[in-house]
Parts: sequence; structure tokens; C-alpha cells
Amino acid sequence: MSTREYDVAPDPGLPKSHYLNAAHGLKSWLLTTDHKRIGILYLLSITFFFLLGGIYAIAIRLELLTPAGDMVQPDTYNRLFTMHGVLMIFFFLIPSIPAALGNFVIPLMIGAKDVAFPKLNLASWYMYLIGASLTMWALFHGGVDTGWTFYTPFSTTYSNTYVAAVAVGIFVNGFSGIFTGINFMVTIHRMRAPGMTWFRLPLFIWAHYATSLIMVLGTPVLAITIVLVALERLLKFGFFDPALGGDPVLFQHLFWFYSHPAVYIMILPSMGVISEIIAAFARKPVFGYKFVAFASMGIAVIGFIVWGHHLFVSSQSLYAGLIFSILTMLVAVPSAVKVFNWMATLYRGSIEYSTPMFYALGFIGLFTIGGLTGLMLATTGIDVHVHDTYFVVAHFHYIMVGGALMGYLGGLHYWWPKITGRMYPGFWSHLSAGVIFLGFNLTFFPQFILGYLGMPRRYHAYPEEFQVLNILSTAGASILAVGYVIPLVYFIWSLKYGEVAGKNPWGAVGLEWQTASPPPEHNFEEIPEADFEPYEYVEGPPSERPYRYSRSEA
Amino acid sequence: MSPEFSLFPEQASTIASKVDALYFFALAMSAFFSLLIAVVIFFFFIRFRRRHAGEVGARAHGSMMLEVVWSVIPLVITMVLFVWGAVIFIEMKTVPEDATEYFATAKQWMWKFQHPEGQREINTLHVPLGETIKLTMTSEDVIHSFFVPAFRVKQDVVPGRYTTVWFEASKTGRYHLFCTEYCGSHHSRMIGWVTVMDPDDYQAWLAGGAPAEAPKDLGATLFEQHICNTCHLEDGSGRGPSLVGIYGQETRFTDGTTGIRDDDYLRQSILTPASQVVEGYLQIMPTYQGQLSEVSLLQLISYVKSLGGAPGAETSAEASAESTGESPE
Repeated sequence: MSTREYDVAPDPGLPKSHYLNAAHGLKSWLLTTDHKRIGILYLLSITFFFLLGGIYAIAIRLELLTPAGDMVQPDTYNRLFTMHGVLMIFFFLIPSIPAALGNFVIPLMIGAKDVAFPKLNLASWYMYLIGASLTMWALFHGGVDTGWTFYTPFSTTYSNTYVAAVAVGIFVNGFSGIFTGINFMVTIHRMRAPGMTWFRLPLFIWAHYATSLIMVLGTPVLAITIVLVALERLLKFGFFDPALGGDPVLFQHLFWFYSHPAVYIMILPSMGVISEIIAAFARKPVFGYKFVAFASMGIAVIGFIVWGHHLFVSSQSLYAGLIFSILTMLVAVPSAVKVFNWMATLYRGSIEYSTPMFYALGFIGLFTIGGLTGLMLATTGIDVHVHDTYFVVAHFHYIMVGGALMGYLGGLHYWWPKITGRMYPGFWSHLSAGVIFLGFNLTFFPQFILGYLGMPRRYHAYPEEFQVLNILSTAGASILAVGYVIPLVYFIWSLKYGEVAGKNPWGAVGLEWQTASPPPEHNFEEIPEADFEPYEYVEGPPSERPYRYSRSEA
Repeated sequence: MSPEFSLFPEQASTIASKVDALYFFALAMSAFFSLLIAVVIFFFFIRFRRRHAGEVGARAHGSMMLEVVWSVIPLVITMVLFVWGAVIFIEMKTVPEDATEYFATAKQWMWKFQHPEGQREINTLHVPLGETIKLTMTSEDVIHSFFVPAFRVKQDVVPGRYTTVWFEASKTGRYHLFCTEYCGSHHSRMIGWVTVMDPDDYQAWLAGGAPAEAPKDLGATLFEQHICNTCHLEDGSGRGPSLVGIYGQETRFTDGTTGIRDDDYLRQSILTPASQVVEGYLQIMPTYQGQLSEVSLLQLISYVKSLGGAPGAETSAEASAESTGESPE
């Protein structure tokens, strides 16, 4: 499986001129307005924060190897899990697929030269950078210990760490998401190639349209909330602290009004990636295309009215709890529709065993478990017991790591040949997908059991009866860490030594596969035309096929 | 509780088995669908693998009937979960009328409890088996959360307001009490124990403790110390309204609104008297913000409750008054 049938063709080499060699020097990168280069800038930045966030995760798991809090001080531990959450969510997961992969492939997929507002696109990366720098400044001065949720009045009155700096960092970073969201929406509306109708759009585009909607409408609420926290902390305005006349639970409503939809900012783009991968490697149109597309929109819209399911035991009223419970249940329907349609797409497909496909299957498995345990949490009678325990920790890691991150890695493996023009080694990439899947399950499955047993989250030390499961989890985390290092190594290796990929190494249908790899500076030599239905795979002699399968045939 | 390895928590309250039954249903449903999806995908993966390089998949675009089926099935299942969960949730959130009221005050990083008989404890709560216990809780600083896994109950403890949780222990023993809302440096040390005892043992334990006064009696003393009694005369002729029989009653305020004079109202009226003044009275009461601890506030409210009020609203205070009256001293 590691050799591809079209490897036999003589190596034509990379195209002479492409976006990577169109200009040289640091300035050509820092002042670029090319969406592809901005995508690369994001890719490098988020990789840095993923590794940093991962180091925190390792420290957390090592501390939890033993019941006693014996490796670091309690205050240090509290900073570890806070910084892990802040970095992973705001500086890795939220920008991951949209800002890195989306930036790169959305214009290519719809046949555009660039995004609608190239300068705004660059500005978004700088906002991200400023936000990240402020957060890093706080990090070097001792970090922050409020948890990524910043619950009041602890965050506004009691914490002695750099809450305001991180809050401002997240505030500024929010604009990077808003800019990206606006850019994508306008690009998708205005920049589609001739023939690219709404229902010819790849489902990755639909997913990003839905995601952009959340970014544009939700992020301002987070920004406002964070400003209120900073004002209360610095100027003693009484919004949330009861000692100042505020209401601490109000903060939770405002915070989750953004942060629950933010979960969909993380998962929807991943779902878009999965649709692309499954269609490409089953060589078959996505079953129920319109249902999958509208499911993305449905999740985005319903996602805005479910925030109260984080507050079942917060002193929110009984009736509010019941309404948020039933609304949350409704999210299950479009999510299930997507999973079933992906399965139906595999039926009578022509399935190729490739690395992106393995990640996609991993996604479906882990997202299913994450989604079903999400239903348990939406069930009020169960949530009271498991709320704020490791059950919740396990659940959202299944969604955010098992789902969003697997999708991101799948997408990266899928478009890597397009981005760099080179292939990565088959054996190592298959191995890494397997190692990550096993390591992930060993890390997080025991946490469901821990949670139902009653182990609270954010505990630096814990009673002895929880140790066995914690050892399993830490063992899994060490396997998972290895699984993440392998792709890092072979991706870097492939930049120089990887086999040249050619235009369309997967034989996939889609405008992005019709241009060279890496694409030229302005994406296409001539304006492409979308004269085909989405994922239209046709059998027949190569000359009669609209899209060719392999480099050797090109 | 022994530090032995286990995969499932003990059931030690009347609600625990109900929560577990629902959990097992959800678990079985989840396992069924996870396995179904995994098996089907695995089968397709083998059965429909690519046989030769130029092969493409079948041109199937969708099926309205299938879409309807796999939308309706999850909808039905989630509605079952919702209704079943709601039944348990409503039971959890509805305090039985015959509950005995205990008080809990949380602070960084300890739990302080007071029994209706006056006994005080820190990080340990002794309760009698088979009796319905209502905990009225507040926090002196940040948000904490009261969680006893063996009872399957949890409730956030929020500064500036009262929250309640109830349970009926069904098995004697010692059970972990955790703070589950992150509350700062020593969050993970905010662990205590709930000890469930046979009612006779509980009475013996109570008698063995230091002589203590009931919260309402302590409240009565505070009521005099803080000279509340000079304005709030019992016959209503004072500068403030009489507090006899007002607890839980609906009242009209000077701003034209009406409201129930419950725990939260009384607390607010003591700390910020100007916020809602009973119609017919002037706002002349000084604030007691900063002068009374959360524990004292609970005792004062307990005293006001003991003066009577709306039927059903003051059950716990009355019940505790009765039980102390009948106890063989």
C-alpha cells in the first residue's frame, strides 16, 4: 500500500513557478496578501501553540500519575491546566482548520484568485499574533490560574495572576476570528468561479460558511464579556462579583453564549474535511449532499441556543434547565445525519486505504463516542452527577481532539501534497494514524469511568481509589505524544525528500486539484469553470473524464 | 469508603439508583450505536475496497426515505433521554416538604456545616439514615460546588445567593464530599466526608457534641444584638414591618412591584435594605453589609422563619422547631 500505482511515471518535478518561489525573503512573507502564504503563516503559528499546549498536557498527566500532588505546587498545577486550555482552544483549535487549511484551500476550491479582502486576511494573522504575544507575556510572568473558563468572581476578584493580560490577549485574538469569518463569507458569496453554484460547492465550503457565521456573530459576545471581566478586575465595576453588587452566574451565561458555539467553530470545519476525504477516497459523491450541507447550517444555528446546558447545577432555574436540555438534544439530529450520510457514502464506493481516510474513519469513531456521551450530558438527570467531573473532560476531548484534531490532521494529510507539492511516506503516516487513535482512546476512555466514579476535574491531588485509571490515562497520553511527533518529523522530511505529488495525487474531483501543486501565485493559469457536479467521479478512458485520477495520466 | 479500585460508584441515596438506571439505558444505547457504526464501516471498508486503479464508486446521490429514517430515530431516542432525565431532574430540584434544613457555608477551602440542633462541623457532615436532608448553602468568596458522588447530587454554591440541594441517604457509611467548581489554589483539598448514621447513633453523636444552640436561637440573639428588635416590633407598630408570619408571603414594595419574602429577599434586605422596601414603610434601615458573616445571616434568616409564615414555605424551620421541642432533654 505504500507504493502507489501511478508512482511508475517518470518524475516530472515541481512546477517552475509557484506561490512559494514567487517572492523571497522574510518581508515577502510578513507582508504577503496571498491567502496561501497567510495559510502557511497560520499553520506555523498554530503548530507552535499546539506543541506548547501539548507540553502542558504532558505535565498535567505526569502530575496525575500519583494521587498526591507531589510533582508541582498546587498553584503551578492550576496554571498548567489553565494555560493548556487557553492555548489549545483560542490559539490552536479555533484557528486550526479555518485559518490554516481553510485559508489555503477555500479560494482554490471555489476557483478564486484569492479571498475577498486579502489585506484583512493578513490583518487577521497579525491580530492573532498580538493576542498570542499578550498571552505569552502573561505566561512568562507566571501564567494565569482561572481555568480557560474564567469563572467569576474568582477571575475578577480572587485570582492573583495575570488575568487581565490574558483577557486582553483573547479579546484581540477574537478579531482575528471575526476578520477570517467576514472574509470567508464574502469570498464564498462573491468569488465563486463560473458555474460554481451553491449546490456545487464542496461541503468543506458549506462547513466554513456555517463556521464563519458563528465566528462573526458569536465572537463579539466573548469580546464584550472579556472586557467586562477586565473592567471589573482593574476598575472594580460591579458586573459579576456579588460583593460589588454583581451576579457571578451572569458571567457564565455570557461566556457560554460564545463558548458553546465555539465548540462548533472547532468541529464544523472538521466535518467539512471528513466529507471531502470520504468522497475523494471512496470516489463517490457524498450521499445526501444537501442534507449534509444543511446539517452544518442547522448545527450552527441551534448551537446558539443551547449554552444553558453548562449551567444545570449553577442555580439556573429548573425550567431554563429543561428548555436548554431539549434544545441541546436537537443538535444530535443534524450530527447523526452527517455520520449516517458518511457511512452511506462508503457503501458501494471504491475505497482506497490512505492516510487521510484512516484519519476520517478515526474521526467518525471518536466523534460518535463524543457525541453520544454529549447526549448523556444533555440529559439533565445524568448531568447533575457527572457535571464538572472527568466525564466532561473525556467527552470534550473526544469532540475536540478525537473530532476536531483528527479532522485537522486528516485535512493536513489530504492537502499536504497540494500545499507543498510533495508526498509524505505512506508507512509512517499510516502508523501515526494508528498510534494516535490507540493513544487517544487509552488516554481518554478511562476518564469517562473516572468521571462517573466522581473524580472532579481540575484536581491537583485526588483520592487513592482513582489512581489505576489515572495511570492508564497517563500511559495513553505518552503514546499519544509519540503519535503526534511522528507526523511532525515526516512532514518536515517530506519538504525536501518527499516524492513529487503532481496536480492530483489522489485522483480527486475538485477545482483545487486542477491546478499545479504547489499552486501558482494566482492559483489558476486561467479562470477555471465548474462544469461538473460536486464529487462527480466518472469511469471511462482518461481523455473523456473531466478529472483525471493520476499524475501518470496527466 | 475504602481506597479500593472500582469501576462504579456506590449507591447511597434514594435518587442514586434512578440516576444509574437512566445512565445504563444511555450507556446501552450508546454502545449499540457505536458498535453498529463501527461494524458497518468496517464491513464497507473491506467489501468496497478499491479493486483496480481506475475504479470509481457507484453514482448514488441520496435517498429521502433514508434521511427521514435516520433523522427520526435519533430524535425519538433523544426525546426519551430528555423526558426520562427531566423526571429525575425535577425530583432532584424539588425539595420534599418534610425535609430537615441544614446549613452549609463554603469558603476557600473548607465546608462549614450547621445542624438544625446547632451542632457545627467543618469538612464533615453527619446525617441520619432515611431522613430527608435539605442543605441551604452559600459561599463567602468564590463559587464552589457541593458534590457527593455516592448520592449522585451536585449543586453549585454561589456567593450572594442561597442554593439548595436535598438528599435522603439510604446506606450508612462514609462518603466523599467534593468541591467540583474550581475555586483556586487548594481546590483539590476542599474534600470532606458525609457520614451517614443510623438515627439512634446520630442522636447519640449529637448528644456527645459540645452543647450548642439551634440556629434560630442564635439568630434570635443576633436579632437583639444588632438591635433589629427596636424597629421590627412584633405587633407591627415599629418603624419597620413586623417579621411575624411574613416568611414566604407575597408582599408589595414601594416601587410597585410584588415579590415573595424568601431567603434571598431577607438576605438582600439585611445587606442592601434600600433595594426593595415594603410598601408603607420608609427606607431608614442601615445596611449590614460587612457586619454579618454568612453564618450569622443564615442564623438570622432561620430566626425570621421560626416566626412563622406562608404554609408550606417554612416547613423546615417549623419541623426543626418541633423536633427540638419533642426531644427528650
